Amino acid sequence: MEKRNKWGLLVAPLYAFTLLFVLGPMVYMVLVSFARNNGDGYGFFWRFTTENYTKIADPVYLQCFVQSFKLAFSTTFFVILLGYPFGYFMARLSERGKRRMMFLIMVPFWTSSLLRLYGWIIILQAKGVMNAALMGLGILKKPLKILYSYPAVLIGMIYALLPFMILSVYSSVEKMDWSLTEAARDLGASPFQAFLTVTFKLTLPGLLSGVILTFIPSMGLFFIADILGGNKIVLVGSLIQDQLTRGSNWPFAAALAVILTVLTSLMIFFYRKITHVKDLEEIF
Amino acid sequence: MKGKRFALSKLYLALIMLITYLPLIMVVVFSFNDSKLTAAWKGFSLRWYQELFRDAALMEALANSIKLGVISCALAAVIGTLGAIGMTRVHYKSKGMMEYLSTVPIMVPEIILGMVFMAFFSLLGLPFGMVTLAIAHTAFCIPYVFMMVKARLVGIDPSLEEAARDLGASPARTFWDITLPLIMPAVASGCLLAFAMSFDDVVISIFVNGPKTSTLPIKVYTQIKTGVTPEMNALCTMILAAVIFVLAGTSLLRRQKARPGKRQ
Repeated sequence: MEKRNKWGLLVAPLYAFTLLFVLGPMVYMVLVSFARNNGDGYGFFWRFTTENYTKIADPVYLQCFVQSFKLAFSTTFFVILLGYPFGYFMARLSERGKRRMMFLIMVPFWTSSLLRLYGWIIILQAKGVMNAALMGLGILKKPLKILYSYPAVLIGMIYALLPFMILSVYSSVEKMDWSLTEAARDLGASPFQAFLTVTFKLTLPGLLSGVILTFIPSMGLFFIADILGGNKIVLVGSLIQDQLTRGSNWPFAAALAVILTVLTSLMIFFYRKITHVKDLEEIF
Repeated sequence: MKGKRFALSKLYLALIMLITYLPLIMVVVFSFNDSKLTAAWKGFSLRWYQELFRDAALMEALANSIKLGVISCALAAVIGTLGAIGMTRVHYKSKGMMEYLSTVPIMVPEIILGMVFMAFFSLLGLPFGMVTLAIAHTAFCIPYVFMMVKARLVGIDPSLEEAARDLGASPARTFWDITLPLIMPAVASGCLLAFAMSFDDVVISIFVNGPKTSTLPIKVYTQIKTGVTPEMNALCTMILAAVIFVLAGTSLLRRQKARPGKRQ
């Protein structure tokens, strides 16, 4: 009994911090989402209402959710498409090659994501490097206007989140027991069959953690849409920020946040159910 | 046939890396450009570096970011490590729930975390500034340390600790001499990751920073939003150089450490 209490003390800081600064704020957010906004100006008062939630059904706000999910899905799709083969091929390199490739991935990963996005502005802007090159080669006659558009935001999102997918796929391919794939081949499976039924299934946990590490942030990275998309693409993230600062409607912002949290949690829940993976693969 | 496929996969890796580095190369090249516009090359110059160092507000933001990263990393290292160790040895009913809760900060979109902190801190009446930033950053740093240490603890052979206990070491001594050295690499890599995340965070910081305290990413964000400034090129180049320096240094150290071990 005494022994148990001693170890219990070690968890105390984590328990205290989590209860006070994670659970506390979350519960408070849910409460605020049912409060009423002071019609003009700041603040809100405690009288129960669900109007913050019914307001979300307004097509203007619904559109934000649709756009956010569309962007998050397409980002995740392209990140899988580009990242899975990369992680797979990388794990098949020689030890030396792996080390070098890991270094190459870690450098941009550690460099500020904002500044990396800034590099894309230089490339994509109307008088930027890409248009200059394409027009110099005679491929284009008029400059392409990619910056401040949906494709630019998508490029920025994929670019920012690809390393997460690469690293988690890499770590699960790396850990894989190749003799299983060989066994499938020996038993007469074609390379493609062996890949699909053995390799792919065994690396699914890595893919899953990659998907989660891509999908969740892509719902909230409003600054990428802000920088590369101008004001044209309004995501839930930007909407929440707007409601908090300029609109100063905290209850509505809280309701938006609650819905966003519930939706993303549901996505993860169903995704896990479908893929039968329970734990997040440890990466890094 | 097989050789050809291998070459194709290498080509793919090279292509993706090229695209990854393209924006970085652009930034580095234009940081030496003697023009306010980042469209055309006007000749070599170091003036943007000079202006960068003269920018007192930016330098202060950099100092803030480093301070914040160190504080939240240190707090997260202590809370996360102790928590992970404790979790493997206690069996409360609430344990599973608690484990889930403590990883919530990296399981919800950042914007949610930012807004709930903003609302909660103003409820508590905490003045926005370094304190609120440190609490918020510690909250999302803890899961990284916690998860990595927990994974490492699961991998530790329990017979090592049993052996120490059998040889008469007290639980505290066993922990200090056996467990702690074994989990140190996980603590270190958790901390590094946490520091990187803290140093790079825009979304959460925007909500909890004070009127007088700004972090580097916030400063950069507001500058980039208003348009292209060559100073940012110089800043990015310096950060890039620092990252390469640190990464190359640690990988060299690791290799030197690994060498004598291999001979045994």
